[in-house]
Amino acid sequence: MNSNPSILIVDDEQVVRDSLSKWFREDGFDVSTASSAAEALQQLQGRRWDILLLDIKMPGMDGMELQQRVKEIDSSATIIFITAHATVDTAVKALKEGAFDYVTKPVDPDYLSHLVTNALKQRNLFNENLKLKEQISEFSRADEIVGDSPQMHKVYELIETVAKTDTTVMIRGESGTGKEIIARAIHSNSSRRYFPIVAVNCGALPDGILESELFGHERGAFTGAQYRRKGKLELADGGTLFLDEVGNIDVKTQMDLLRVIETKQFTRVGGNDIIKVDFRVICATNKDLEKAVADGSFREDLYYRLNVFTIFIPPLRERKGDIPLLANYFVQKYARTMGKSITSLSPEAMDTIVRYNWPGNVRELENAIERAMVVGKPPVIRPEDLPYQLTERNHVLPAGSLAMVEKGHIVSILEQNKWNISRSAEILQIDRVTLYNKIEKYGLKKPSAG
Amino acid sequence: MASAINILNASKLEDSRLGELSQAVGRVFGIRTYVTSANLNLDKAFDASRGQCNSTALLAELLNSYKQSDEKRIAIVGIDLFIPVLTFVFGEAQLNGIAAVVSTVRLANPFYGLLPNEDIDFGRLEKEVVHELGHTFGLYHCHQFECVMRSSTYVEEIDLKRLNPCNRCSELLKVAMLNK
Repeated sequence: MNSNPSILIVDDEQVVRDSLSKWFREDGFDVSTASSAAEALQQLQGRRWDILLLDIKMPGMDGMELQQRVKEIDSSATIIFITAHATVDTAVKALKEGAFDYVTKPVDPDYLSHLVTNALKQRNLFNENLKLKEQISEFSRADEIVGDSPQMHKVYELIETVAKTDTTVMIRGESGTGKEIIARAIHSNSSRRYFPIVAVNCGALPDGILESELFGHERGAFTGAQYRRKGKLELADGGTLFLDEVGNIDVKTQMDLLRVIETKQFTRVGGNDIIKVDFRVICATNKDLEKAVADGSFREDLYYRLNVFTIFIPPLRERKGDIPLLANYFVQKYARTMGKSITSLSPEAMDTIVRYNWPGNVRELENAIERAMVVGKPPVIRPEDLPYQLTERNHVLPAGSLAMVEKGHIVSILEQNKWNISRSAEILQIDRVTLYNKIEKYGLKKPSAG
Repeated sequence: MASAINILNASKLEDSRLGELSQAVGRVFGIRTYVTSANLNLDKAFDASRGQCNSTALLAELLNSYKQSDEKRIAIVGIDLFIPVLTFVFGEAQLNGIAAVVSTVRLANPFYGLLPNEDIDFGRLEKEVVHELGHTFGLYHCHQFECVMRSSTYVEEIDLKRLNPCNRCSELLKVAMLNK
């Protein structure tokens, strides 16, 4: 492939074509000439040119019309007009329609040299920019959402539909289902993808800190505020603000947040300057927001502002078909990062993880695989490499036995009620002591939070 | 390989300077270099409206006025040169050919309102002659800052260059001279 910059000279005067092509050839350009617009268009069908030098007055199609046709073939073409018949009108028209520059004959050699150098630099930057954008797209796809179940296909469809809009999205699902990954997928498929996605875990920060974290603060706004600090809202300008665990925001911050979302402006804590921002809001919660609205702990107006387009992520137990896919994905991921040559799970280990209920969803599965990758020995993960609670439940009882059915049912009720013993016992229609006995009998353990 | 380089003088350059020029060019290209008076009809290439000579027409004149030979020939003229699309050129050469032309007009300090300095003017002429002859040996413009084959559109840029080609251009020149 020829790496020299290429230039197509279009002029009806042979002497101009000859002198320009000679001049550029000595500079190492790959040069071609055309005596008419038709000939130039013919040459453009065959290949792309870095720069086109066009005369304006030519018999038949003139340079201005040729520019329009060139842009139809290659919208990124860099066009420089060189004309002996310069008028302000044609210059303005040419530049308005996307020409890089407009010079009159005869042109100062130094000026022409700089002009072409600058045009090439601009074109290289344009191409580099395109390449980088492609790379960014590749990076954002790297954090893949894994799943081939009908439920996940529905989620993909929703992501695709909503990503192209600027609508506020509420992602709902149990803890560990991958709500942040979905938010990032929406962001990376949106027109805001070249700006940041700023995530704020509203549940992890005490109320006062959350306010300062979101809005930023001025120096001296409170004890310890030694410097002015930009808040997440400012950092998300142009991009996406991801509010995780939005149901945990205190009532005062809810009110401030509502105002920002509505007006897209705010002031830093302890400041007076109004700061204008432009961001899209994606939020996530595993809380029952409707209930929170009903009991007054979540503002109704904010709820309606946030709950425009909702995506429900199904828990892992409802899409068991995705478990092998996810497990293999995490095995590959940790084999890479840990440098281990474990390639898959043994059939027994796979059977174990498929039968498990995964109350902690994908996060629990990932942690289980990570642990197994640490303790396991190549080439495969065996059941004994998996965390205790997985193997304990599945292997003590023979498959299909009444005890196994009872154990499974108890686990399911306990998980549905977040291990609230009184409520679970009530649903199971047994007393609490009996439930404790059965928990002990089957070796059940309350999963750790997360 | 070219058997010699013939410097054709059509300028007011003194004989002693022409002798120096001949030696300097001979050292760079490593072949016999000699000076003669130019037998050129500049009127044919003169454009009265611009007050300049068309360098491309002058090259054609240079090719037509002298019998065919394997010598490179470069004319030094005391008139400003142009090609139709540009306001001026310091010189022009046939790429991979035998003929070249260089003007002394824009190489002289007084052209820019500066005090005359013959040594500086002559240094620029030497470099331009070597540069244009380099093109006749097939060399393109070089991006090395000090290489004589770097393109110059300002005299100050010529001042920054050295008289010799850079290592890469020297290698290319060697290959070109062996192949011709």
